[in-house]
Amino acid sequence: MAELQYREALNQALAEEMERDANVFLMGEEVARYNGAYKVSQGLLDRFGSARVVDAPISELGFAGLGVGAAMVGLRPVIEMMTWNFAILAMDQIVNNAAKLRHMSGGQLRCPIVFRGPGGAGGRLSSQHSQALEANYVHFPGLKVLAPSTPADAKGLLKSAIRDDNPVIFIEGELLYGLKREVPEGEHVVPIGKANVVRPGKDVTIVTWSRMLTAVVEPSAEALAQQGIDAEVIDLRSLKPLDEDAILESVTKTNRLVVVEEGWPWCGVGASIADIVQKKAFDELDAPVTRVTGLDINMNYAANLERATQPTVERVVAAVNEVLYRS
Amino acid sequence: MATAVELPALSPTMKEGKITKWLKKEGDKVSSGTAIAEVETDKSNLEIEAYDDGVLLKILVPEGSAAPVGSPIAWIGKAGEKVDESAAAKPAAAPAPKQEEKPAEPAKAAAPAAKPAEKPVPATNGRVRASPLAKRIAAENGVDLSSVAGSGPQGRIVKRDVEGAAAKPAAAKARAPVTITRGERIKPEALPISGMRKVISQRLTEVKPGVPHFYLTVELEMDQALKLREEAKAQDTKISVNDIVVKATAIAVRRFPRINQQMDGDKLLQLHNVDVGVAVAIEDGLITPVVRDADQKGLAEINAEVRELAERAKKKALKPEEYSGGSITVSNLGMYGIDDFIAVLNPPQAAILAVGAVTPKPVVRDGQIVIRNMMTVTLSGDHRVIDGAVGAEYLKELRALLEHPLRLLL
Repeated sequence: MAELQYREALNQALAEEMERDANVFLMGEEVARYNGAYKVSQGLLDRFGSARVVDAPISELGFAGLGVGAAMVGLRPVIEMMTWNFAILAMDQIVNNAAKLRHMSGGQLRCPIVFRGPGGAGGRLSSQHSQALEANYVHFPGLKVLAPSTPADAKGLLKSAIRDDNPVIFIEGELLYGLKREVPEGEHVVPIGKANVVRPGKDVTIVTWSRMLTAVVEPSAEALAQQGIDAEVIDLRSLKPLDEDAILESVTKTNRLVVVEEGWPWCGVGASIADIVQKKAFDELDAPVTRVTGLDINMNYAANLERATQPTVERVVAAVNEVLYRS
Repeated sequence: MATAVELPALSPTMKEGKITKWLKKEGDKVSSGTAIAEVETDKSNLEIEAYDDGVLLKILVPEGSAAPVGSPIAWIGKAGEKVDESAAAKPAAAPAPKQEEKPAEPAKAAAPAAKPAEKPVPATNGRVRASPLAKRIAAENGVDLSSVAGSGPQGRIVKRDVEGAAAKPAAAKARAPVTITRGERIKPEALPISGMRKVISQRLTEVKPGVPHFYLTVELEMDQALKLREEAKAQDTKISVNDIVVKATAIAVRRFPRINQQMDGDKLLQLHNVDVGVAVAIEDGLITPVVRDADQKGLAEINAEVRELAERAKKKALKPEEYSGGSITVSNLGMYGIDDFIAVLNPPQAAILAVGAVTPKPVVRDGQIVIRNMMTVTLSGDHRVIDGAVGAEYLKELRALLEHPLRLLL
């Protein structure tokens, strides 16, 4: 199995799906002649031509709407947002059109579209460019939201997203593009709505997704193992639909849950997970569901403050000790 | 601050004690652990130790006088310190049951209770704080959460707290045999008392007030046991018939743990260790030193231990822990030529065996009259705890063990 970067795995998924289905096309800022701001679309213009790899003007609302229209009439657009920070401009097309067309047409219209691009903090990009916005999208009925953390899942999930008949929000990790891990070649499809138990354990369940897995949770699990704590780590991969069964099964085993998310605490994805778990696994809980989130402030430019704003290994280790009543 | 020395309960049944001798005078320096007085209890003469460093300021109970358990008998403090006698009146007037439970801890007179509670206390409004999981485990195992100390924040009862509490009743329910490694002491567990058991206990106590006894008698053939004794003698190992009886009694209890239960107020306790009391006649009385874990000890070991305990019992030199507790008592009057008799229970034990002399008697075997060495054993049982059938099962096992003593090794 080849080791690929996260961006290469995404490129492979795009190329394979465009090869497989002539209705698939890619549109976004700088995706064609510049080969993508993050080089995800490297070589695609040369391979598939300007009719299927389209440079869009700097108008997120405009080309998001173009994509929605194309999806309505039978194409399978992949709309690249240079980052999800810019996609805020496209919210009306995503929320009011893409998410609602099937419902408002009484099922006559489908909207098989993928909006994809990087999310989360970059690295000293300050507050306007350092946002983990997945909580915004899971809020809306009609959207599926995926946030893969590894190259293999990035490939497998993007293929599933392109083949799905519903609008999919595909959030890549801006700092994950260079992450290199093994990726299965060819037809590697990861089903939407299935979490991955990355590390089995018995003492505590840690649920996370996207960059937090490799950047914070995996090192935390190792630090905890040093303390004799056996953490089970679940990578959600798919935020909506959510693999409730995987979470509940794990919590039933460990009796305690810590959710680690890069985004802000208020109405975060972890808040909904806590809600589900307290409702469906109330009698299994030996400690309150505890969340480690980004701080409820705007991201600072200074490197030390940027680090302090995001979840850290120390905070995760402390939260786990708290739910284990060790301190 | 001067501290009152209170008369500790030196045996479980001690209500008061007579100071036979003060080993320190007023004004003498004492330190924690120093013996300061000799006390005669209902069973033995024992020394009282100081629990504080300082000077023996004042003796309150003179030699030859008795004082109730828990009452102050002296003051210890700094040299020249004034003693607030009014403070002494308070613990003396207070009823003693609390002190009896904690004999080793003299209450600090008038000490402000500033120490934070070690165990987090339940919420002040009486609500028990427990995690949802702890509540579920408690409900499944019939654990009363109000009796569990919580180790979580604000005294929250969490899984690990309730699991410890749940393990015991669950084990009782399953009647799983408890395995004990030698020297290990397992705490008795409280068993729930069934409604029927309660009624049996109440009705029988009406008819036979106190502890309602019942009696079961068996006659056992002791030829094999005597042979075992002779063989041991040939190996220069001295063991007595009584040692064999003690060992068999213990092993039978291990196999019938129902015998190892006791009434404790309104609770039924299941003991796990098998400790056999051996009644020893002493001058103007009787005492029952206990052979701990007799089921796990060899005959020679039991022989040596019983002999040593009996010797010290005769000198009234036994420590309370050597004659308290126990699963069952063996009372053997065989050496006095008594054929059979009935023993009175040794509370709180639920069974006692009255063992008679081994005597050659004509018995019928395979339709023939033959001479065999017979021994009569009468079990007295606490009918509140055990019933005739349980006692009979127990005696059946005891018979098998004594008539075929090879089984003692199995």
